[in-house]
Amino acid sequence: MAGVNLKIDGVEIEAPVGENLMQAATRAGVRVPGLCQLDGLSVVGACRLCMVEIAGTPRPRPACATPVGESMDVHTDTPRLREHRRVLLEMLFAEGQHICAACVASGACELQNLAAELGVDHVNFTPPPTRLEMDLSHPRFGYDPSRCVLCTRCVRACAEVEGAFTWGVAGRGRETHLVADLGVPWGEAESCTSCGKCVSACPVGALFEKGTSVGERRVTRALVSTLTARRDRESHREVLK
Amino acid sequence: MSGGVDLFDLAQKEREEQAVYRRTVLCCGSTACLSGGAQATQDAIRDVVAEKGLEQDVRLVATGCMGLCSRGPLVKVRSRGEDDVLYADVDADAGRRIAEQHLAAGQPVEERTLSLEHPFFARQVRVVLENMGEIDPNRIEDYIAHGGYRALRDAVSTMTPAGVIDVVQRSGLRGRGGGGYPAGSKWKLLNEAKSDQKTVIANGDEGDPGAYMDRTVMEDDPHRVLEGMAIAAYATGAIKGYIYVRAEYPVAVRRLEQAIRQAKRHKLLGKNLFGTDFSFDVEIRIGAGAFVCGEETALMASIMGQRGTPVLRPPYPTERGLWGHPSMINNVETLANVPTIMRRGADWFANIGTETSRGTKVFALAGKLENTGLIEVPMGITLREIIEEIGGGVAGAKAFKAAQTGGPSGGCIPLKHIDTPMDYDSLLALGSIMGSGGLIVMDEDVAMPDVARFFMRFCMDESCGKCLPCRAGTYEMYELLDALVTGRGTAATLVRLETLCEVVRTNSLCGLGQTAPNPVLSTLHYFRPEYEALLVPDGAHLAGLPGAHVAAAAESASAFADGSERSA
Ligand SMILES: Cc1cc2nc3c(=O)[nH]c(=O)nc-3n(C[C@H](O)[C@H](O)[C@H](O)COP(=O)(O)O)c2cc1C
Ligand code: SF4
Ligand code: SF4
Ligand code: FES
Repeated sequence: MAGVNLKIDGVEIEAPVGENLMQAATRAGVRVPGLCQLDGLSVVGACRLCMVEIAGTPRPRPACATPVGESMDVHTDTPRLREHRRVLLEMLFAEGQHICAACVASGACELQNLAAELGVDHVNFTPPPTRLEMDLSHPRFGYDPSRCVLCTRCVRACAEVEGAFTWGVAGRGRETHLVADLGVPWGEAESCTSCGKCVSACPVGALFEKGTSVGERRVTRALVSTLTARRDRESHREVLK
Repeated sequence: MSGGVDLFDLAQKEREEQAVYRRTVLCCGSTACLSGGAQATQDAIRDVVAEKGLEQDVRLVATGCMGLCSRGPLVKVRSRGEDDVLYADVDADAGRRIAEQHLAAGQPVEERTLSLEHPFFARQVRVVLENMGEIDPNRIEDYIAHGGYRALRDAVSTMTPAGVIDVVQRSGLRGRGGGGYPAGSKWKLLNEAKSDQKTVIANGDEGDPGAYMDRTVMEDDPHRVLEGMAIAAYATGAIKGYIYVRAEYPVAVRRLEQAIRQAKRHKLLGKNLFGTDFSFDVEIRIGAGAFVCGEETALMASIMGQRGTPVLRPPYPTERGLWGHPSMINNVETLANVPTIMRRGADWFANIGTETSRGTKVFALAGKLENTGLIEVPMGITLREIIEEIGGGVAGAKAFKAAQTGGPSGGCIPLKHIDTPMDYDSLLALGSIMGSGGLIVMDEDVAMPDVARFFMRFCMDESCGKCLPCRAGTYEMYELLDALVTGRGTAATLVRLETLCEVVRTNSLCGLGQTAPNPVLSTLHYFRPEYEALLVPDGAHLAGLPGAHVAAAAESASAFADGSERSA
């Protein structure tokens, strides 16, 4: 496969055409923060935490959605990017109600980890005064919209891996929220196969297994990536046959 | 004649039929005038014409917008061998009088007339709006009699696609949807894309608050949009066109549907047009009225029946558009320029306007002016000329303060830049944008932080919610602006606001978020003292709350001196 040579934070690396900057950075040993991207799912570029600077490009670009290019000079951790990421994360915290001490995902939460990684030690915005109602209608799982960061990983895992298309997005602006089927309680969504892929893809504690308590969420996010990797390998074999 | 209709025959027949009448009464039947009672005016005139038995003599036409909406309903009387007479503020009574005196007795009702030499009209140059107030938008024959569909016929039967693109490129036409991307270059990209499933899309979403340029074109000259699209399709190899119209424009939808039916009947749309193998069809898609659906990738998602949210570019629509096939999106006004450019030539068009901004621009002139309405001016005209000559100056002997262009994505132009030429680059240099044509004039009574808050509220409500910077950032910026305007903002509020402007502008996914901070940035740039005058000392906003005395006591007396009336 044809390759390109580029530099990420000074590290020279060769990357196959078609790879994105996030993947190339990971191979170069450079971690780029991000929330909406999950290996194996389509790329939406929505959280904007993975923005990186490319020399000669006026605006930062999302690493997860920018293909590698020959002789690119990429910077992933400039003071400007760091500041912007911190502000973005603060706003994300203030959009919902993230009370880590009472969350099933605490200790296994990508949002919490990012806060530590980016040095967010306070939130300078005011969170909404009331919690949104939880959807506990599903026999095995629950959904807490106040913890949802709207990464849409669950939507994509459900549609692209399970093929059930249960989850969708409705509303706009601050009112944006998830809906099951055409807006019914999750437990009544006929398309749901109860496979739990959405739960394992969720970066935070918004989707959880019932019966788990504070800090008991298992880290199973690789599940979706593993499944898709296997699927792609299988279909590759089919093609070769 | 190469197949199908003979346009010349049709045009000739229509002109002969019209020439039978001694007088033609052109009544503005556009949305603004209709809401001002134009229907009653028309009925009154029709009644008198019937009473006096003048039906053989007088032709009554409900036309499109004549522009001076603030003086509507407008009525124009055209008599054989005489100059046109224009009447303003014609209510039903005035309509009767005009019919009795002017139509029946040949005596114009002088006190109601408005000179066509009035600078409101004289300073305008009409390309896109050339048929406004002249034709009946319900009749394809009228459009054809005014030269319509000739450009399409000539392009299809005598020119190559490359030849058409060459004309559009040489004309210098740039996109009128806001971005100003050269139309010819975009056409060329689609032309070069390899596919037999290409589409062209006319963007009639027009979400800017107060803007109605595209609505007027679609309602009052719908065939012009179809002809522009068909020429674009011929030049690019597209087989299908979509017009995306917002649901709030039911009249536009009806007129366009009717126009499509008429064009098909006359074989101006459909298979094998003009006896060639060029085929082209147009369908209307109705948007749900979200501002963001005007963004091209969200618009395409909406056409495909998905949720109308933007998706990352590249790939650009000309690479991967509707259902994965190459597509091209042009604004309605951009396309409406095309028939006239093809008919009158690239050089003629390029002679209007400035070096980098050719042609004209339609503006919805609104705000504190004597004359408001829909105007079409050559690019490069100064803001002062628009305000003082066309607009008749600021209303009520007030002083001009600023003009907002580009709506929620644009910025303001203060008095010191009133002599700026209105073209893409000059406006950009001032921190505003040409935008799609909203032009709001504000007088000395307007507080600029209020303006910024108004537009931020709009962006907050219209953010699609997909990406974090815009979804959360527009909300937080609105909260900060609201705090400032309501006397709860401190110096730190202002600093935070500026940080957020930068974060949202830099990181948002689509144009909505990327430009949402513009009204704040530009009002801050030109009117910073107004913001600073709103600031209260830290802690002052706590006055009256439990424990406020603690904060108050911590402040020195002098710090309170100028904020005292707020903390009282
Ligand atoms: C939030 C947003 C709203 C937009 N709304 C419109 C619109 O209502 N009409 C329009 O023509 N273009 C709109 N645009 C611009 C379109 O994306 C696109 O650039 C334009 O239709 C291209 O046509 P043009 O090249 O002829 O200008 C909008 C862009 C954004 C980011
Ligand atoms: S529920 Fe979880 S996975 Fe789904 S959008 Fe919210 S945060 Fe993302
Ligand atoms: S910038 Fe705003 S409107 Fe555009 S994708 Fe992001 S949230 Fe949606
Ligand atoms: S990880 Fe790239 S935008 Fe979210």
